[in-house]
Order: sequence, then structure tokens, then C-alpha cells
Amino acid sequence: MDYLTTLINEVYKVLFLIIPILVSVAMIVWLDRRVWGLVQKRRGPNVVGPFGLFQTLADALKYIFKEIIIPASANKTIFILAPIITMTLALVAWAVIPLSESLVLSNINVGILYLFAVSSLGVYGIIMGGWASNSKYPFLGAIRSAAQMVSYEVSIGIIIINVLLCVGSLNLNDIVLAQKNLWYVVPLFPMFVIFFISALAETNRPPFDLPEAEAELVAGYQTEYSGMMYAMFWLGEYANILLMCAMGSILFLGGWLPPLDIYPLNTIPAPVWMILKILFLFFLFAIIKAIVPRYRYDQLMRLGWKVFLPFSLIYVILTASFLLYFDKLPKGSF
Amino acid sequence: MNFNRFLKTIFLTEFFLAIIKAIREIFRPKKTINYPFEKGQISPRYRGEHALRRYPNGEERCIACKLCEAVCPAQAITIESEERKDGSRKTTRYDIDMLKCIYCGLCQESCPVDAIVQGPNFEFATETREELYYNKEKLLDNGDRWESVIAKNLKTDKIYK
Repeated sequence: MDYLTTLINEVYKVLFLIIPILVSVAMIVWLDRRVWGLVQKRRGPNVVGPFGLFQTLADALKYIFKEIIIPASANKTIFILAPIITMTLALVAWAVIPLSESLVLSNINVGILYLFAVSSLGVYGIIMGGWASNSKYPFLGAIRSAAQMVSYEVSIGIIIINVLLCVGSLNLNDIVLAQKNLWYVVPLFPMFVIFFISALAETNRPPFDLPEAEAELVAGYQTEYSGMMYAMFWLGEYANILLMCAMGSILFLGGWLPPLDIYPLNTIPAPVWMILKILFLFFLFAIIKAIVPRYRYDQLMRLGWKVFLPFSLIYVILTASFLLYFDKLPKGSF
Repeated sequence: MNFNRFLKTIFLTEFFLAIIKAIREIFRPKKTINYPFEKGQISPRYRGEHALRRYPNGEERCIACKLCEAVCPAQAITIESEERKDGSRKTTRYDIDMLKCIYCGLCQESCPVDAIVQGPNFEFATETREELYYNKEKLLDNGDRWESVIAKNLKTDKIYK
């Protein structure tokens, strides 16, 4: 009985996290399409609901009623498993994101490591989907995507090391609290820019949307998917984008802290600041989708391995030597 | 790579300028119309959905000469006719298969009495194929519904014919 109570309590907490995230993913898809349209002087979705806000719900409804087609030559189990993995991983990572000091599902001590691990696992969903489809375009798309995500994860990892050097803790709340006086976007600005660009590559957003380059690969790893399975890939992708925005705001923009700890600003509740920062980063994501052309594959690899990786490595050394020389290394946690 | 270009690359100058420009574009007037609620101008010659017209006294214009049936390149039109009691020849059947139709407008051009016309309506999508096999009632109904616009368009376009 005691076990059951705990279970229900946990499920309740999880649902309290999952449902707002799914709703905000739906809203964020609308925002993405709207911003994209507005920049291109179109109107974007504006018919369903106020300002077209329910467009994504209407789309989701359409996907639910569509037929799911499984290619005859596909590996059925893995084919079905792939979108489930993508979406689950994208949602699971949200468990450690703090919306305020207390508003977090599980405040674990290795939060950032967990986040990094789960977002790295995301590549499995894509490569499974592409390979199990057993067809040319999905396979090529999946290979590209895997190579791209692995390359950019390396530089993201090293950027995280930069932040961790300054904080001295892997706990996400500690990382946020360490930015009480100065957001890390100021001293680590180059790292923020590289993080942002790597996040674009990590989530397969333009200009790094090579895995689904429609002119070459039809729709990349999603080509054979239809109906709700396609929608799950799609929701997982946007949940991942939102996660990257949340990660960016925690690591560099002070998470749920107000910009200045002064009277009118610090009365606004912490989750509002967090959401505003996520929205700001997402707005940049959306604008960039509208303004950039796609990278060529070799350019993508060159940028990842020959520019970002050495640059962030050098910056790690710079940060470390700065902290060591001025004796500012975080002490408590060692 | 020269030094200037190097600086531009390092500081992402053009990138930030592009973002500022994009944000400015958001507030500019739109180039598209708000389609289902406002519609674009179409030419009086527009070849849209077919309609059979009537004379002002309510009599059908069509005299079943079958010129349109003969000229139709897609063979979408089927006509059957008979002689009425007053001695006039009228159609008993006038079908257009809208799925075969290529909207070339030859039926309208061949018609000696301006009976079959292609009106300005382009929003007649249906959910089944069967609904697009138009019969005489449907075409006459179209004619009644769009008569004012069709008459105006024919008059506007007459000087160019």
C-alpha cells in the first residue's frame, strides 16, 4: 500500500512535468513556424484558434488519424522503436531541468552529466530509424546525422567543462546559483556562441539540417515514417530543441535568476525568468532558421573538428589558468 | 583569407546583421494575402468552374449543338438531346467530368450562344471523386449562382474577343 502511494505520487509528479512540456512543445512549433513566416513576409499559421495557436494540435490530430505505413523490407521492431526512443529521450532529459530552486523533478548531483548523456543518446533514435527503414535516403540521412551529432557533442562537452571549471559542481541548481553575481555569458561569451551553434547542429536545425536536406535526401531518416510515428520524431525533435535552449539558459544565462537582483525584477517568480530565457534562445533558433543557407557536409565537419574543438580546448586552458592565477577556483567541492 | 574577412568571420558580423535585418523584416507589411478571408484579384477571363447559363426569362441557353463536346480535347463532356414539344432542340443530359477537364476554355469559345462558360470560382474541391462528375442540374445551379459575376466578366472581356 505504501509502495502504491509512492508510485501514484511519482506518476503524478511526472505527469505534472510531461504534460506542460508537451503543450509547450506544441506552442513552440507554432512559434517556430510563425517567426519563420513573418521573417519571410508571410503570415504563418494564423487560422486555427487565436493567432493560430492551436495549429499544432490540429496537425497532431491529423497525424493520429493517418495510416502508419511500415515498409515491407524494414526491420519492424526497430522501425517502431526508433521514434519512441527519440521522444522518450527528449522528454526524460527534462527531469533534471530546474525551473526554480525547488521546482525540479529530481535534483541530482550529476545533473549536467545526466543531461549530456541523455542528449547524446538521442542519436540512437535517428540512426535506428534510418537503418531500420532499409532504404537509401533514410540510411544516408541517418549516417550524416550520426556523424554530425557525434562531432558537435565533443565541442559541447568541452564547453560544459568550461562552465564546470567556474562552478565546481555538476548540480544544475549550483550552476545557476554560481551565476548570482555575473552570468557566464559575459566571461565566457565565445563559449556561449559556440555552444549555441553546436546546439543548432546537435538538434539538426538549419544551417545544419543536413540529415533532412530535402533537396538531396527527401526527408532524411524520416522518409519512410508516416502518421503518428512521424509526429513522434517531430515532437521529439522540438522537445530536444527546447531542451538545448534550457541547457543554454542554465549554463550561460543564469537559469531562473533575474537579470539583476533588484526590487521590481526579483519579485517576478523564478520560473517566469527561466521560461523567458528559453523563449529568447528559441526565438534566435527560429530566426536563424529563416536567414541561413544550408552548410555543405565537408564544411560542417571542418567547422566542428577544425574550428570549434580546438577553440574550445584553448578556452578551457585559458579559463583554467585564469582561475588558477587569480586563485578563484571553486574550493568547497574539492 | 584576408584579414578583414577573417575578422568578419571571427566576430560573426554578417550573422548578427542578418539577425537584425530579419527582426526588422518581421514588422514590414506582408506580401501574402490572408487567403481564406481575403482573396486575390482574378482576371475576367479566368477559367474556373463550369456553369450553364440561362436567358433572363429562365430558359436554358444551351441548344444542344454539341460543338463543345466535339471540341473538348479531353473528351470530358457528354451531351444527349431531344426535340421538345415546341420544336426546339434541348439537352436531356449535359455531363462534365471535372477530373478529365483540363480547363482549356475551348468549350466556352466554341459555344455559339454563350451557354457553357467557365466562371470565376476556383474553390470547388471535394472529398470524393463522384462529386466531381457534374451533371446538368449542378451546372445550371452554378450558372444561377454565379450569373451576375459571369455576365459582368463576359461584358468586360467582350471588347478583346
